[in-house]
Amino acid sequence: MSTGTTKLNVTVTEVVAVNELVKRFHFERTDGGDLPTFSGGAHVVVEMRDDGRTRLNPYSLMSSPLNTRDYTISVRRDDVGRGGSLFMHNRVRRGTEMVISYPVNLFSLDLRAKKHLMIAGGIGITPFMAQTSQLAAEGGNFELHYTCRTPALGTYTDVLAQRYGRRVQLYYDDRNEKLPLERLLASQPLGTHLYICGPAGMIRWVRETAAAQGWPDETVHYEHFAAPQPGAPFDVTLAVSGNQIRVGEQQSLLKAIEAAGVDPPYLCRGGVCGQCETNVISHDGVFRHNDHWLSEEDHCSGKKIMPCVSRFEGSSLVLER
Amino acid sequence: MPAQTIKSRPVYGTLSPQAGKSHLFVADAEGGSAILDLARQAPEGFFGAAHIMFIPGRTGDSLLAALKALKPAQYYEGPSIAAAIPRLKQTLATAHMGLRIYLSGTEGLIGQAMQAALESGIDHTSIQTEHRGSLARRVQCVHCKGITEDVTTQPATCAHCGLLLLVRDHYSRRIAAFQGVCINAEDPTEIPQKEEMFR
Repeated sequence: MSTGTTKLNVTVTEVVAVNELVKRFHFERTDGGDLPTFSGGAHVVVEMRDDGRTRLNPYSLMSSPLNTRDYTISVRRDDVGRGGSLFMHNRVRRGTEMVISYPVNLFSLDLRAKKHLMIAGGIGITPFMAQTSQLAAEGGNFELHYTCRTPALGTYTDVLAQRYGRRVQLYYDDRNEKLPLERLLASQPLGTHLYICGPAGMIRWVRETAAAQGWPDETVHYEHFAAPQPGAPFDVTLAVSGNQIRVGEQQSLLKAIEAAGVDPPYLCRGGVCGQCETNVISHDGVFRHNDHWLSEEDHCSGKKIMPCVSRFEGSSLVLER
Repeated sequence: MPAQTIKSRPVYGTLSPQAGKSHLFVADAEGGSAILDLARQAPEGFFGAAHIMFIPGRTGDSLLAALKALKPAQYYEGPSIAAAIPRLKQTLATAHMGLRIYLSGTEGLIGQAMQAALESGIDHTSIQTEHRGSLARRVQCVHCKGITEDVTTQPATCAHCGLLLLVRDHYSRRIAAFQGVCINAEDPTEIPQKEEMFR
């Protein structure tokens, strides 16, 4: 059960190959009419029915929040991932009917900011597509710094440069262009908020540099959906429902709990939102925490786990589910 | 230290050195000694990137020499909070991210300096505060909207419209004042005894 998320029945109205790795999908309501409003940075969870398996992957909405006729997402193909992006790339066509969640925003703009400084890496550009549209419409003050591997793989660089001119700075890895992060952060006016979306390593680098320069935590926003990592199968006792379950190698703990007929709350399924936080009653073994929700302290305590992305290795694990 | 009674009533902490590129201190009266206490645990060279704005108030000359001895990059001494606020606003308007803010002293000083910081886009939770000295309150009359400074009694007379006000713990960060509500609206002839509550 996804907390508070009513599902939306949508039809794919267009699929656009943006470049070699990225496809864009447009969704409209199957029954016509407007979609729910959302704010820049929101995502939807897309349900994929893949030969009896259900995949639930979060994707940022990249269309303008001013347009609720359709939603668009961009999906980067990951040939070695769990298969969600391959399903989207290979199986979803114009006319495909799908189910998506209502939009949820875990990466919203703080509109008290005097300026919004955005840093994107690769496909991490998608939430900023919506946020820049939102801000531009209100005359908001923003600056976007976007690092890509090559010009050919620079998703939407052309659109952004055309829309926003000098407010967008591009950096290409193959030209050895580096984001001058220290200087960039040091030169921002008081009241600036920082937003980061991209690979985990980039998020860490930017957060650490900002913290060292004295940016308060409240001004630093980031989003990184972790994908559940495969791992050795493990057994779990669900104390409340009285189930004994086995989590498969390619299965997340959350999926395994759901497969046993237990319905824990969830939203993002990517270790960000905190909805599926689960209490550990007892354990004998080691946790493999992969989420961005629990604190370092929680991770060390052995009392909590985020079943959407985290795993366990050991002889016994009892959860309050 | 004032205890939290209702959610909006501010709770203050203890100043401690934060990671940052520069540091802005605003203090009045006994609040100056909070800066001196922080200095004891500050890293080498900390005050080389610091700006101290101090309103001595009832502490007179007693803290000035010690504060100057910290050798801050900038030092300002002002006669009143009202005189210091325009300078504070000017400083904030030209500052960059990496500036950390430390406020210490009376609630009126902390509240008004925080109000200026909030207007420049700083989140209140990222500001270090420490209450020292007087508990006198800045009170806004909900009826005439006038603000009375240095209120020490309960009830208190509004300096603008003259109504007798119950000084509540309800606090507004936006206007940097506690709320005062007429205490005898039903029967204006009923005059409760004033007690010195906020010294």
